[in-house]
Amino acid sequence: MIRFSHVYKSYPNGALALKDVTFRVSKGEFVFLTGHSGAGKSTIMKLLFAEQRPTAGEVRVSGYIANSLKADEVPKLRRRLGVVFQDFRLLEDRTAGENIAFALEVTGARTDTIAARVMRVLTQVGLSAKSRAYPRELSGGEQQRVAIARALVNDPAILVADEPTGNLDERATRGVFQLLRDINAGGTVVVMATHDLDLVRQTNYRTIELREGSVVYDSAVDEADTVGAQ
Amino acid sequence: MRLLTREALLSFRRAPLLSTLSVTTIAFSLFTIGLFGLVAINLREALRGLEERVEIVAFVLRGTPAETITLASQDIAAFPEVQDVNFVTEQQALARARAELVEFKDAYRDLQVNPLPASIEVRMKQGQRDAATVDRVAERLRGFGFVDDVRYGREWVQRLDQLRNVTGLVGLVIGLAFAAVAVVIIGVTIRLTILQRAREISIMRLVGATNWFVRGPFLLEGAIKGFLGGLLSLLLCYAGYLLFHDNGGGPFGGLIFFGPQQMLLILVFGVLLGLGGSLVSVGRHLRHV
Repeated sequence: MIRFSHVYKSYPNGALALKDVTFRVSKGEFVFLTGHSGAGKSTIMKLLFAEQRPTAGEVRVSGYIANSLKADEVPKLRRRLGVVFQDFRLLEDRTAGENIAFALEVTGARTDTIAARVMRVLTQVGLSAKSRAYPRELSGGEQQRVAIARALVNDPAILVADEPTGNLDERATRGVFQLLRDINAGGTVVVMATHDLDLVRQTNYRTIELREGSVVYDSAVDEADTVGAQ
Repeated sequence: MRLLTREALLSFRRAPLLSTLSVTTIAFSLFTIGLFGLVAINLREALRGLEERVEIVAFVLRGTPAETITLASQDIAAFPEVQDVNFVTEQQALARARAELVEFKDAYRDLQVNPLPASIEVRMKQGQRDAATVDRVAERLRGFGFVDDVRYGREWVQRLDQLRNVTGLVGLVIGLAFAAVAVVIIGVTIRLTILQRAREISIMRLVGATNWFVRGPFLLEGAIKGFLGGLLSLLLCYAGYLLFHDNGGGPFGGLIFFGPQQMLLILVFGVLLGLGGSLVSVGRHLRHV
């Protein structure tokens, strides 16, 4: 589903954000991206949804080669991804339901199907009663659930979550994390950037650790090596 | 499509002041163009009336035999530029003078000798009434031996012609200057809207909206503003027209307003102005959001 091959990314100011990053994510996987701030997690996220292009190397996402995406292919790629951020990115002047519907309207979904699809994902994230609530009337955890519902409404193959629990208290964190696990259990690939190591340790999902732009640990590779060495 | 319209209309509610400003600027730019346009078409109309009456008068020397004049008249009537020729005898000239120049009635009443010469009046064909052609025909009339003098309203025809051209040109120049200002203001408005809505736009992009989908509402917004501006300018022009139309029973009595095609042209121009302003701004600023 996702393949990074020797990816380099440098910014115009000369900073090298990624150095020779190579990894591959298969169908059904849940992957943690960990590392300190500035280690390159967000850059990988941005490469995933084609907000940025690699300086060198190749990024493949859900059948698209991100390097050479044409301007009109970017939206197509993004419709196959769900993206969730630390700061939720909901529109304040729209209700929870409208925020989700917006993602459908924008992609030209049939008007008569929108209401039902919105209700389906709201139910999935446990907020079917809050459809008419505005973001400011919701707790942080609930807002993040709405954001996740919005990410899910186009039935993405991959859900990309950049520090989704970064702004949440412990209880809300557990709830949101469980929701992401449920989504993954339904077959959706989840790539989650976090520096919450407690969360990472709770499960034995695959973990890719970044330091200064390089992959320093990938549980899938390193554990296989360890097993092979034994 | 419904979403597009909704988003475009929403921006009027979000920034009513800026929207009003853009609409007004477009309206003033088109109003200027429109006013000068009105003057120009009315001048053209007036000129057409005047041109109808363009005639060359060749005064005939006293004592010229009638046959000579009749023959010459036939010659002149055969000129390709000439519509018809009318011979006015001395008596007819006097009768006409008495009838038309009422102020001088007394002066003409007790005349012993008729002071008025006979004349040949030549009317030009339509399309041949420009100054150059009139000049040429007048010159040929002077060539007849019995012709004493030739008169025609060349100078004022020329002057009105110039006035019309100048009016049209001045209107176009000032109007285009205003139009440029309108484009800039619309551009700024749209840019402010884009900045104001940067978050929303980035979210739209994130969930997979195409570029045209993002641009659409802004372009529609510009077009609507242009249309409203055009409509407003037409209203202003019509108000100005009524003002003169009502007051001036005399010289302005026959004023005409734009025809449907010209009104449509103004509206289309307004829409284009609005679209142009937003296109420039959207193209330049949307990339950075």
